[in-house]
Amino acid sequence: MTPRQIIGKIGLWLSVFVIVSPAILFFLWMLSLSLKFEIDNAAYPPVFFPERIAWKNYADVLASNRFLTYFVNSLVVTGSATALALIVGVPAGYGIARMAAHKSAIVILIARITPGLSYLIPLFLLFQWLGLLGTLVPQIIIHLVVTVPIVIWIMIGYFETTPLELEEAARIDGATRWQVFRHVALPIAKPGIAVAFILAIIFSWNNFVFGIVLAGRETRTLPVAVYNMISFDQLSWGPLAAAALIVTLPVLLLTVFAQRQIVAGLTAGAVKGG
Amino acid sequence: MSALTQSTPAAARSDAAPEKELRPPSYWPFVVPALVVVLAIIIFPWVFTIWMSLNEWKVGSPTTFVGISNYLRLTSDPRFIEAVGHTMVYTALSVLLPLVLGTFAAVVFHQKFAGRGFLRGVFIMPMMATPVAIALVWTMMFHPQLGVLNYLLSLVGIPAQLWVFHPATVIPSLVLVETWQWTPLVMLIVLGGLAAIPTEPYESAQIDGANLWQVFRFITLPLIMPFLFIAGMIRMIDAVKSFDIIFAITQGGPGSASETINIYLYSVAFTYYDLGYGSAIAVVFFLLIILLAAVMLYARQRMVWTEIASGA
Repeated sequence: MTPRQIIGKIGLWLSVFVIVSPAILFFLWMLSLSLKFEIDNAAYPPVFFPERIAWKNYADVLASNRFLTYFVNSLVVTGSATALALIVGVPAGYGIARMAAHKSAIVILIARITPGLSYLIPLFLLFQWLGLLGTLVPQIIIHLVVTVPIVIWIMIGYFETTPLELEEAARIDGATRWQVFRHVALPIAKPGIAVAFILAIIFSWNNFVFGIVLAGRETRTLPVAVYNMISFDQLSWGPLAAAALIVTLPVLLLTVFAQRQIVAGLTAGAVKGG
Repeated sequence: MSALTQSTPAAARSDAAPEKELRPPSYWPFVVPALVVVLAIIIFPWVFTIWMSLNEWKVGSPTTFVGISNYLRLTSDPRFIEAVGHTMVYTALSVLLPLVLGTFAAVVFHQKFAGRGFLRGVFIMPMMATPVAIALVWTMMFHPQLGVLNYLLSLVGIPAQLWVFHPATVIPSLVLVETWQWTPLVMLIVLGGLAAIPTEPYESAQIDGANLWQVFRFITLPLIMPFLFIAGMIRMIDAVKSFDIIFAITQGGPGSASETINIYLYSVAFTYYDLGYGSAIAVVFFLLIILLAAVMLYARQRMVWTEIASGA
C-alpha cells in the first residue's frame, strides 16, 4: 500500500465515522436515557453508562394496561390499513400498469403532495356525521390515505417491469384475466408486494397527525400515546425514553432486517405518506 | 357449412383467433375497488375542502356561504403571513442542508468498505424511526440545563444555547432535527444516481491527474444533477409539510416563533374549529406547494439550457 492509498483509507473511514455517528450516538443516548434512574438522568455532566440499570422504566411502561391498549390499537389500525391497501392496491397497480394509464398516477402524486391535515378537515366532519368517532374505524380509513398511494405507486412500477410473455401464454391457453393475475402475475410480483407491504406498515405505524385529531382516550395509537405522555402524564425522562424506544423499536428492527426492500421502495417512488 | 368448418379446422381457428385479439382484455375490474377508495378518501376530501373554504363553517354553529371572503381574510392575517415566512426559511434550510450532506454521504457510501451494508442500515434509521419518538428524545437533548447537546458544546468551549426554547434559535434547531432525519433519503437517491455513472470519465480523469475535488466537481456532480433535483423536489414537498417534529417539540412556539403554515392550519382547524377558514388555508397551502415545485422545475430547465449554452 502506498502512502497515498493509506491516507485515502484513513480519510474514508474518518468520513464514514462522521456520517454514521449522529445516528449511532442518538440511538445509544436514547437507550441510555431509557435505562437510567431519575438521579442519573438529571445529573450534570450527563451520565452515559449508569452504575445501576433501571429496567424498572420498561416494566413501568409495559405494566400500565393503557399502554397495552394503545399497542393493540396501533396493531389494529396499521394492520387493517395495510391489509386493505394491499387488497385494493395490488390489483389496481396491475391494472394501471397493463392499461399503461400513466395519467392516473397524477392522482397518486396529488395525494403525495397534499398535506395530511387537508384530508382531516372534511373526513373529520364526515366521521362525526356518521357517528364513527370514538371507534378505531376513522383512523383505519384515514390511514388508507397513507397506505393506498404507497401500494399503488410501488405496484405500478413493479408490474411494469414484469414480463408480459408468460401472461400472454396463459391467456392463449384459455385462462381468464383473473386467473392470469392470480396465478401468473401475482406470484412473480411477490418481491414488489413485500416492498409495498413493509413501507405501508412503517408509514402507517409512524403516523401521528391523524391520530392526534381523531383518537379519543381509548382509541389512541402509540405515537399519539407517547405525545400525550410528554404533555400530561409523565415528567421523568427514564420511562418516557423507554416508551419512545418501545414505540419505534419494531420499525427500527424492520429497517435493519428489510433494508434492501426499504431502499428499493424509497428510491423507486420516494413515497413518504401523510 | 358444418362440412366446411370440419374440412378446414385450421381456417376456423385462424378465424377465431383474430376475433379474440380484436377484443383487448379490459383491466378495469382490477382498478375499480381502488378507484372507489381513492374517490372516497382523496378526491372527495379535496372537493369538499374547496366547498368548505367558501363557507363560514365553524363546529357547532350554522354554516353560511361567504364566497371568497375566507381567502381575502388570509391576505390580512398577520399570523398567516408570519407562518408563510417561517415555512419558507424552514423549507429552504431543510432542503439545502440535507442535499449537501446527503451528497457527501452518498459519495462515501459509494466506496467499498467493510460493513458498508450494515452501516448504511444504521444511517437510514433516523428516517424510518417514529417521528414522535425521535422528537421526544431531541426535546430532552435540547434541554438548556440537563440536555446533552449543551454538554457537548461545553466540551469544545461553546456557551450553552437555548435551542428550541428561544425564538431566534428555534427554527435552526428544528432544522437540525429535520436534517438529521432526512439526509438519508437524499443519500439513497444520489447513491442510486452514482451507481448509474459509467466508469470511463473517471479513468480519463485519473490519467489527466485530476484531484478528488476536481473529479467530483466536473464529473460526478453534473452526472448526478438529475438525481439531486429529484431529491431536492421530494425534500421540498416534505419540508413544507413538516408537522410531526415541529408539533411534538415546540407546537409552534416559543410564542409563534416556529409556527409554520401546517402548524397554523392545525390550530385554526382543530383548536379553534374554524373549519371554513382552515379549508381556505389548506387550499392556499396546496397551491403554494405546487407553485414551489413549478419554480424548481423552471429553475432546473433554465439550468439545463445554460449548461447546453455554455457547453456549445
